[in-house]
Amino acid sequence: MTREVPAPAADDARVPGDFALAPPTSISFREHLWLIYPAVMLVVFFIVPFGIMVAVSFFHRVEGAFYEPAFELANYARFISPFFGRALAFSVWISALAAAIVVAVAFPFTYCLTRMRRAAQVRFLVFILAVLSLSEVIIGFSWSTLLSRTAGVSNLLAFVGLLDQPAAWTPSFGALLVGLCYLGFPYAVLVLYPALSRLDPELPEASRMLGASPLRTFFSVVVPVLRRSIISALILVFVFNLGAFLLPQVLGRPEHWTLSVLITDQAIFQSNIPFAAAMAIFLMVVCLALVALTLAFGQQRRAAP
Amino acid sequence: MALRIEHVSKSFGSLQALIDVDLEFPHGQLICLLGPSGCGKTTLLRCIAGLETPTGGRIRLDGEDLTGTPAHKRNFGMVFQSLALFPHLSVGDNIVYGLRIRGVDQAACRQRAAELLELVRLPGVADRPVAQLSGGQRQRVAIARALALNPKLFLLDEPLSALDAKLREAMQVELRLLQRRLGISTIVVTHDQREAMTMADIVVVMDHGRVQQVASPLDTYRSPSNAFVADFIGISNLVPGTLSGADTVLVDGRPIRVARLPERLADGARVILLVRPEEVHVRSAQVDGENHLSGEVSFVRDLGASVEITVRCGEQQLLAVTTPRERPRIEIGDPVAVELPAAACVVLPS
Repeated sequence: MTREVPAPAADDARVPGDFALAPPTSISFREHLWLIYPAVMLVVFFIVPFGIMVAVSFFHRVEGAFYEPAFELANYARFISPFFGRALAFSVWISALAAAIVVAVAFPFTYCLTRMRRAAQVRFLVFILAVLSLSEVIIGFSWSTLLSRTAGVSNLLAFVGLLDQPAAWTPSFGALLVGLCYLGFPYAVLVLYPALSRLDPELPEASRMLGASPLRTFFSVVVPVLRRSIISALILVFVFNLGAFLLPQVLGRPEHWTLSVLITDQAIFQSNIPFAAAMAIFLMVVCLALVALTLAFGQQRRAAP
Repeated sequence: MALRIEHVSKSFGSLQALIDVDLEFPHGQLICLLGPSGCGKTTLLRCIAGLETPTGGRIRLDGEDLTGTPAHKRNFGMVFQSLALFPHLSVGDNIVYGLRIRGVDQAACRQRAAELLELVRLPGVADRPVAQLSGGQRQRVAIARALALNPKLFLLDEPLSALDAKLREAMQVELRLLQRRLGISTIVVTHDQREAMTMADIVVVMDHGRVQQVASPLDTYRSPSNAFVADFIGISNLVPGTLSGADTVLVDGRPIRVARLPERLADGARVILLVRPEEVHVRSAQVDGENHLSGEVSFVRDLGASVEITVRCGEQQLLAVTTPRERPRIEIGDPVAVELPAAACVVLPS
């Protein structure tokens, strides 16, 4: 993404009208000198590591050792198989589902949050930031305990009489989904909060004066006006979920292992870095394509009346 | 009486926004709620709209108690300060938003949108996005949207504050003419006394959550009920004095005869004498007559169309406004006599 830098104003004493003759390069170079800093950072910390990964994905793996430089498509060819295809499809499916649930819950939550008193808002935001500081490991194992048969909440429900006997709810698809939602929720709130708190409170009020109930107002004014922020939150949580490699192992069965788990497995346990790199790049390409699709959908909806 | 506001009060925590507001408005009139910012005028409008619930008192329309009715069931049209046009909808869809909610079909909606745009003199923009309109055009769209459902009451919260001065004055006239044509009961909140004078049948002057005066615009100007109203409406000379006898106020020891006195004021009471600047006459010579004060010119502001003369009389600064034709030949520092005609003197409680 490049940002449009406003054209620098001519600062030398030129006669108006003859600017076409003056070479503009000398000034603009000096004024853009500071851009070197982010450029260097981008190259050192992003382009070089990414370039290495792209290169490695074409390297030849040496069994029992590491890898050697080569150019082969075997790594890419290998995961064009039903097994990896299913893993990819499942990764995208559960990430998208969790993103949709998170945003569906976080949006009304944040809307109510922005209508609270300032002090209460700050308290909630601090709590959400605190949740954010928990590591994926802690969250994974906490949910695993909470959903277990021996020490989980099902004991409580059985005690109250809502369940006949305590049940094991983990590992399962539901447990994994709950874990991913818990992980993504604070991010969604933090993305939605600025937009929702900037929303002109007179917009929903105008809708109510025109006869729309609060619920109708929410869906016909608040949601469409903030569609861009909702899409941003969806994309963020989706991408974030796609990268989760610990929760599927803690809360899911092997059939719930996402592509990220398989990448970790290849990179760390099988020492097959070239194959892991190829999968990571493929996952990234798929992810970018889906994000582009979502953004295009958002743009189209905007253009249509 | 159509709209009845019965002893309404509203507090936000420890802040008393409205204190025992008791008003009655007839049908078909344009009422201006006028006052400085923070006086409670917007809170009162929001209580009438149903966007706030009064802490005490009741609001009735034609005898029907509306106090507990939510805003979306009142069928009042409202124009907001920010206009609050929906940015995701076209001009036409903004206008017919309320009709759509009531399930009116597409063709009828289009026709009504065209009708309303004609009414606010902005035809042919129904398909444009709101973002493409100028400030004045948005204003008209907001008015059209508020009128789309033929509301029982038309409420406007500082509707013209976003417009530049010239456009604002033109819109005041237009809005007033539109209201008269439709005969719709209208309440406008404003802090601009010129706006209130231009548009209103009845002005409600408010300060610190209390109603200070309810009267026609001219009455609030000519016989304000207290010094606050006198100061807020137009420009005033407010001179402290002491009541002496049946028709005289002593100002710096000099007797000023007044044509009328409020009742319930005892002899010797501290009062405030109000004289509007256009009633004050400045004479170039030191004439010593009835209701004359002597002083010295401290400033002359010649605005071309009018001349404002500031005269220092002892402790008092008095402002006189005159036409260029009647301007006395005076400069700063000249000794002058100032006449406060008895008929123009209004005595207010201190």
